[in-house]
Amino acid sequence: MALLEIEDLHATVDGHEILKGVNLTVNAGEVHSIMGPNGSGKSTLAQVLARRETYEVTRGRVLFDGKDLLEMKPEDAACEGVFMAFQYPVEIPGIGNAYFLRSAMNAIRRYRGQDELDAMDFLPLYKERLKLLEMDEKLMNRSVNEGFSGGEKKRNEILQMAVLQPKLAILDETDSGLDIDALRIVAQGVNAMRGPDRAFLVITHYQRLLDYITPDFVHVLVDGRIVRSGGPELALELEDRGYGSAEADAHAALPA
Amino acid sequence: MKTGMRGMGSEKAMATVTGRPNTYLGAYRELLALRQERDPVWLRQLREDAWTRFHAKGFHTTHDEDWRFTNLAALAKTPFQRLEKGSVAVTAQEIEEFRVAGAACQLVFVNGHFAPELSALQNLPKGLEICSLERAIDCGMIGCAPEGCAPEGIEQHLGRYADVRRDVFVALNTALWEDGAYLRIRRGAVIDQPVHLLYVSAGAGAEIMTHPRTLIVAEPTSHAAVIEDYVSIGGETAFSNAVTELVAGQDAVVSHFLVERENLAAFNVSTLRLEQARGTNVSSHSILLGGGLVRNNVHPVLAGDGAECLINGLFVGAGRQHLDNYMLVEHAQPQCSSRQFYNGILDGSARGVFHGRIVVHKDAQKTDAKQTNRNLLLSDNARIDTKPQLEIHADDVKCTHGATIGQIEEEQLFYLRSRGIDEVSARNTLLYAFAAECLDRMQEPAAREFAEGLIRERIAELARNRQPALESAPADEETQNWEEVR
Repeated sequence: MALLEIEDLHATVDGHEILKGVNLTVNAGEVHSIMGPNGSGKSTLAQVLARRETYEVTRGRVLFDGKDLLEMKPEDAACEGVFMAFQYPVEIPGIGNAYFLRSAMNAIRRYRGQDELDAMDFLPLYKERLKLLEMDEKLMNRSVNEGFSGGEKKRNEILQMAVLQPKLAILDETDSGLDIDALRIVAQGVNAMRGPDRAFLVITHYQRLLDYITPDFVHVLVDGRIVRSGGPELALELEDRGYGSAEADAHAALPA
Repeated sequence: MKTGMRGMGSEKAMATVTGRPNTYLGAYRELLALRQERDPVWLRQLREDAWTRFHAKGFHTTHDEDWRFTNLAALAKTPFQRLEKGSVAVTAQEIEEFRVAGAACQLVFVNGHFAPELSALQNLPKGLEICSLERAIDCGMIGCAPEGCAPEGIEQHLGRYADVRRDVFVALNTALWEDGAYLRIRRGAVIDQPVHLLYVSAGAGAEIMTHPRTLIVAEPTSHAAVIEDYVSIGGETAFSNAVTELVAGQDAVVSHFLVERENLAAFNVSTLRLEQARGTNVSSHSILLGGGLVRNNVHPVLAGDGAECLINGLFVGAGRQHLDNYMLVEHAQPQCSSRQFYNGILDGSARGVFHGRIVVHKDAQKTDAKQTNRNLLLSDNARIDTKPQLEIHADDVKCTHGATIGQIEEEQLFYLRSRGIDEVSARNTLLYAFAAECLDRMQEPAAREFAEGLIRERIAELARNRQPALESAPADEETQNWEEVR
């Protein structure tokens, strides 16, 4: 059984149709990259999968681990094992990073019928992952993302992912705005988590990130549909030729 | 809780209440008769002047600029009565839940009267003198000063700062007060733990009024923290009209906490008048969580060079609560600084007011005054009126103010939920973070911890109540709508 099965997914924002029939199957252990020009619907796809309510699904079906993902609230999707690294991580003043992440972890553990972790159990785990992402321990007690640089915010997303250990990790343009060092560290964090039980959906505008995270499959999303799929070589081709050719293909494929 | 069923005193209470329907004039006359032999001349004069003032002026209307957002019609038309001492018995067990862990001592007042049997005044810290104000006055009259009771400063301070001409509630309190706390912190004394003053309204089927009067004299270089705490037992309507004068001597460091956690039928008007000498550092923390109609006046006068004042507050209202905060910060001398931070959270049809007035007198050069009021409105029917007012008569000053009104941010909510935290908890977490900003400004651990517990509880209640409210009409039909009563 596939971990994620998306069939004919249509979604609208404020009445505008953004996704116009996405089909995608992701198996555990695979890394899929979704590429495409701005406005093609990449982030909308990520947000729909993370169950953001401002996006309305008008048609289609999404199964996650055999369950209807579109029936789930955001917190239920998270507890089932979906994680989205935000393109623009949100600042939350007054809530400490460590406290927040432990609350999240315990919410997920409760959902799964596991015992909650107290601070003593949680901290060693948290510190170990901080080290993996080369982050300062002082960040632990600072408010979530407050006053963080762009790179720190993105690293914090990957840190959360590394602690929460999702089955499906969606990286929504995690590479945008990252310098090369931060990109390397983020990729290192992702690569350390690759494994047979976990899948990744790496959404990016540029091929650059894929130099560090080698995908198994690359899909090109244009105007709300996946117009081409292939192996890692497709990313390189897009880098050379741009999205223009893919867009032309998309239009050619449209019924007259 | 049923009325008239409270222990031994209940029968007597009913008799008192039904037998003597009262008005403010009635209460004043009763009090004159009661206090005639016991009040010193200066105090009788003080009461008389205050009464004359109240009688001439009556309650404020919304035409009065300082009362524009708060309608007192419901208060004015309620026939409140004063209760005799001991009319309603409250047990130690009933008080237990209101205690503050880590307090140095606790003075308990029931319906405006000192309840020594409920108070905890053992092992007072060195340098702290505390006493019921009525007792202190009586001691002064008959010339006995038991240990810990030092009445000599009362005449010098009482009624000198809270101006009966400014505010009719101050006039009413000054005319009608029966008891309250008198604190004196000796020169140089450092009191580590907070003093807890607990004012309990426990009606027995009656609409009671009390006018608690507190005088805090912090002598030079002393340190202390005082918690003034208003609670109710039972659901009866009560009217507390409190006035506190806090006099801080040179370089004293004093924190005052006002906690309003009465029932939703309560009227609570409180006036905190701070008189700050040179180099003092005084904080006023107001935590308004309960009460139906609440007016919180904080009025510091920075009367000595280099005095600093922090005015920190949180008000949380739901249902039809009306929480009005009126700040008047007077910079009278140079080089003083004042900081105002008020956060408001309003749900249901609650209404909040923040009126922040800063007056910089002619001589108060190098004044540094800052004011921030931030508000979260959780429903379409909640409302906040925020009004900064600067009145500057000096030319070398720095004054800033800012106010914001917003909602819980959907982005933040989604962020928390996307990590597995359910909606109610996520909302709770965000509300608490906003509310808890005031805790960061509290220096005294025991008081801070006490406030933290109360805020946590109130926010959890708010988040819980919101869940059904999202689907159906608000479940607060029984409470009064203060606006509708004219």
